[in-house]
Amino acid sequence: MTDDLLLDMRDVSVTFDGFRAINNLSLALRPGEMRAIVGPNGAGKTTMMDIITGKTRPDTGTVRFQGRDLTRLDEPAIARLGIGRKFQKPTVFEALSVTENLLLSLKGVRAPFAVLMARRSAGERERIDRLLHLTRLEAVADQPAGGMSHGQKQWLEIGMLMGQEPELLLVDEPVAGMTDAETMATADLLREINRTRSVVVVEHDMDFVRALGVDVTVLHEGSVLAEGTLDAVSADPRVIEVYLGR
Amino acid sequence: MNPFSTRAPRSLRGVIWMAAAVVAAAGGLAAASLLPEGNPLHASVFVVSLAGKYLSYAMLALAVDLVWGFAGILTLGHAAFFALGGYAMGMYLMREIGARGVYGNASLPDFMIFLSWKSLPWYWWGSEHFAWAAVLVVAVPGLLASVFGWLAFRSRVSGVYLSIITQALTYALMLAFFQNGLGFGGNNGLTDFKDILGADLHAPLTRAVLLVATGVLLATSLLAARFVVGSRFGSLLVAVRDAESRTRFLGYRPEQAKLLVWVFSAMIAGLGGALYVTQVGIINPGEFAPANSIESVIWVAVGGRGTLCGAVLGAILVNLGKTLFTAWLPEFWLYGLGLLFICTTLFLPNGLMGLWRHVRKPPPEEVTPEVADTQGDEA
Repeated sequence: MTDDLLLDMRDVSVTFDGFRAINNLSLALRPGEMRAIVGPNGAGKTTMMDIITGKTRPDTGTVRFQGRDLTRLDEPAIARLGIGRKFQKPTVFEALSVTENLLLSLKGVRAPFAVLMARRSAGERERIDRLLHLTRLEAVADQPAGGMSHGQKQWLEIGMLMGQEPELLLVDEPVAGMTDAETMATADLLREINRTRSVVVVEHDMDFVRALGVDVTVLHEGSVLAEGTLDAVSADPRVIEVYLGR
Repeated sequence: MNPFSTRAPRSLRGVIWMAAAVVAAAGGLAAASLLPEGNPLHASVFVVSLAGKYLSYAMLALAVDLVWGFAGILTLGHAAFFALGGYAMGMYLMREIGARGVYGNASLPDFMIFLSWKSLPWYWWGSEHFAWAAVLVVAVPGLLASVFGWLAFRSRVSGVYLSIITQALTYALMLAFFQNGLGFGGNNGLTDFKDILGADLHAPLTRAVLLVATGVLLATSLLAARFVVGSRFGSLLVAVRDAESRTRFLGYRPEQAKLLVWVFSAMIAGLGGALYVTQVGIINPGEFAPANSIESVIWVAVGGRGTLCGAVLGAILVNLGKTLFTAWLPEFWLYGLGLLFICTTLFLPNGLMGLWRHVRKPPPEEVTPEVADTQGDEA
């Protein structure tokens, strides 16, 4: 059964200076699935993303992606395998234009010499046009990304993620600081993306999670507290205690 | 216009203009130096060698701008690559002296005889060939930069820590080259050159040709640097400069990108050093002095970091200023240089090129959108 899973984290633990950020965490994702991860601050959501993308190495446990062991690989190698990550704070290359940002993200050449000699092909132009359309950034395509609004930067970063053509997208708090309308538009966009790719979304905003309409994993103190539909999870007394109690 | 815009500094037209201006100026001055002495347009040998020196320094500045302006690596040791290129050329020029040295030995330079050496050390082999020297001029700085860069970037050393180790690198090389036993003439360095490729180094024609060659090689380096920063690799460098860890999650290895531009930059610096030695006539360990590297950073800051043309302009103008200033008030030059750097940082963060863009392009509220757009395309 293991081979059917896209992402398979088993018994993963990581300790920072004696603090157990992740404690025997196991998480499995089927191909094509979208999963929302919720949990209070310090529950280990971002650390979990760091482990999957190679930024942090787990002390124990295994992380497999399409059957391959990720714990031996570094960030670029994992990115090239097909895992894309969107950070909580939008990180776009501010001095570059929107188009240049997208061009750098496109799946393809990565070796320095190849990048030096690369010329923009017709295929790449077409892919960029499609991404500009998807992210509604056509009008500002040649403007520096640094001049964009917060929402536009979020969308540009999502466009860059799409450009990487990853099998799995990790999205960290995509609607933080967005208006309600932008939040719902983002939920639509993620559902659209999920038609072709697997997605893991970390988010605090419950309205947004409800709009996604997917299974939810609740993290607490570095472990999985509950897993299931949003309604089932919300009714779980342990979840209620973590969120409301004490 | 936009504070984040980088289009104008990487302008191809600007670089072509600058390259053409450099070649024209070098050619014009070289031609003027060949006029008879009574001619009012005659340029003296002193002026020609001074111009050659400035253009060689401009290559060092260009090299610094490539790594500092575009990849964010604040190097405080680039003069080491410049000096190594200079020594590689100096070795050839020493061998060209042949039996005309004080001791009259056809194969050993004077300083080796003075040290009672019986034969050339292995690293001097082949140095009598100009072609081999031309290879070493770029290969030695390139090799040192590869090793240094590979170690530093792989360990993710960056920022001020990297600046400090580049400074340590050039200082260590300076101490090493002061040693007589190293085989590069110790304190005195390499000097008393006579010929290059059989041509008398002191003849006006040779000097004119060297100046033109320097101008052409500077222009070529400028265009090559523009090719690098104008390519997709150039975008990657800027991405690495501004958000290095983000590039990793896109599947790039920033340490490789930095290594590539670092080595390329060291080679340009080496070439500059080689041209410098042919025209200045001496290379000694003083060229490795940390202050030289810091000065080259100031040239770039004054001209405008991350603009390529600014580096060339800054190197020429600051050195021209230095020549004039040290003639009038030699003891105050360093204060002047320091003041210049402080003023640039405070009032001209984008250097002379930033000032130039500001003059050419008034603030946005004064122009209509269409006009702004056309200008944006041109600049």
